[in-house]
Amino acid sequence: MALYSEKVMDHFRNPRNVGIIEDADGVGEVGNPVCGDIMKIYLKIADDTITDVKFETFGCGSAIASSSMATELIKGQPLADALKLTNKAVTEALDGLPAHKLHCSVLAEEAIKSAIKDYYDKNGIAYDPAEFPEEHDCEACCVHGA
Amino acid sequence: MNIYADHAATTKTSRAAIDAMVDCMENCYGNPSSLYSVGQQAKTALENAREKVAKILNCDPKEITFTSGGSEADNQAIRSAAYLGAKKGKKHIISTAFEHHAVLHTLKKLEQEGFTVTLLDVHKEGIVSAKEVADAIREDTALVTVMYANNEIGTIQPIAEIGKICRERGVLFHTDAVQAIGHISVDVQRDAVDMLSLSAHKFHGPKGVGVLYARKGILLTNLIEGGAQERGKRAGTENVPGIVGMTAALEEAAKHLEEHRKHLIPLRNRLISGLSKIEYSELNGDPENRLPGNVNFCFEGIEGESLLLLLDDLGIQASSGSACTSGSLDPSHVLLAIGRLHEVAHGSLRLSLGEDITEEEIDYIIESVRSVVERLRAMSPFWRDLINGKRPHVFKQYQTQLLQ
Repeated sequence: MALYSEKVMDHFRNPRNVGIIEDADGVGEVGNPVCGDIMKIYLKIADDTITDVKFETFGCGSAIASSSMATELIKGQPLADALKLTNKAVTEALDGLPAHKLHCSVLAEEAIKSAIKDYYDKNGIAYDPAEFPEEHDCEACCVHGA
Repeated sequence: MNIYADHAATTKTSRAAIDAMVDCMENCYGNPSSLYSVGQQAKTALENAREKVAKILNCDPKEITFTSGGSEADNQAIRSAAYLGAKKGKKHIISTAFEHHAVLHTLKKLEQEGFTVTLLDVHKEGIVSAKEVADAIREDTALVTVMYANNEIGTIQPIAEIGKICRERGVLFHTDAVQAIGHISVDVQRDAVDMLSLSAHKFHGPKGVGVLYARKGILLTNLIEGGAQERGKRAGTENVPGIVGMTAALEEAAKHLEEHRKHLIPLRNRLISGLSKIEYSELNGDPENRLPGNVNFCFEGIEGESLLLLLDDLGIQASSGSACTSGSLDPSHVLLAIGRLHEVAHGSLRLSLGEDITEEEIDYIIESVRSVVERLRAMSPFWRDLINGKRPHVFKQYQTQLLQ
């Protein structure tokens, strides 16, 4: 049996929405090179809706696939809905991830939240900080994923 | 094109090994411990195999114990030497930071049992210094255990020099020769080795079988109790087909060793020089003093698992020391031991070549790695930061001395 589902491999081999948005309205970056994964999400936002999204990822197959799937799930969605995106939803949309790779989907969720928060901050939009949990540290991420 | 380039992980079982095993299973199915002829026939096959293996290692057949593989042999060798030392009040063991986990984890367990372990530095070249081994030996040193060649970066250790030092100082010397046997010349007399581990599937033999060589007079501690097999030191009906298959593979490897070495080294060097033309990459381990088929690189800005998956799509099977492929928090302990930083160790690639590799295949590997590295870098925010100067490069743009 293969390490990854067909869906994961498809999103890894043909990632959707790869790239950057020069004039992004919100940018979020999570992870670090020491841990071996970094995700960066760029958002274009109009009328509280995500009109365009791009990502860049340094990481393993599931990190790239999780970013790709997460961007697909939020593209064209109202911000309120994008904020509700969970790592579980990303994992399910990928037909599952191996247990030790679940942290990749967590990173994807966090990268999107971080980009939306950046948009709110830049535009002075009030928000409930509880919706944006502090990015956990590297150790917690890995333990969480394992 | 399909190129299996992970021979350090395992090798394809050779025709000679398969034929020997099938013949053994069909015609030699008896239990070697049985008295009747079918059993004695199996016993003969077993003892013939032992003689042949002993001849290749240059030792006495009585010094050969068949095991389930390299890990078991490592475990048994180290525990045996440790307990022999402890009887004389010697509870200090010397090893290196980049041994296989079969050695390191056994040493960890022994530390919990009250032994003290010194792990020597392997320096940036990935080679332990024989002088540092000599300096580390104490009155209470029971064992020195140093691998013959490293499994990830392929660097060959000064085993004969260390053997000589240990012999002079009266300290037992074990070497995990799993990666070396069948690929470079090993001789337990020349190298003054007291104990040695090997594993059949690394030289085109079957999986699940290996050897522990222990010089006469070294009393082994059993890991498995329950029978008189292997001179009472390893219970369990012997894996006769596996042992016969291993022996056939070993004889073949020994016979062609020089020829394979001569074929592989120039191709390995071609691969090293080709990959060093990829910017911000570096070879891991000494460029010369390494196994004929081993190439190991780190690439800045990318992660190893995604590199492996894309190479597999191009028909190349290889391995990596990234955390994602090791299933732990940290990248390879071998790469960390030679001083690689985490962020570049995650982007490592090991290519271990088979004896039948061609120049055309080497060039295909170089082009494939180059294209995959470029593709992954193009989507890596880490790479973007490196080229934009937002994070410092770890490597120079080109490791110039390797370019040919």
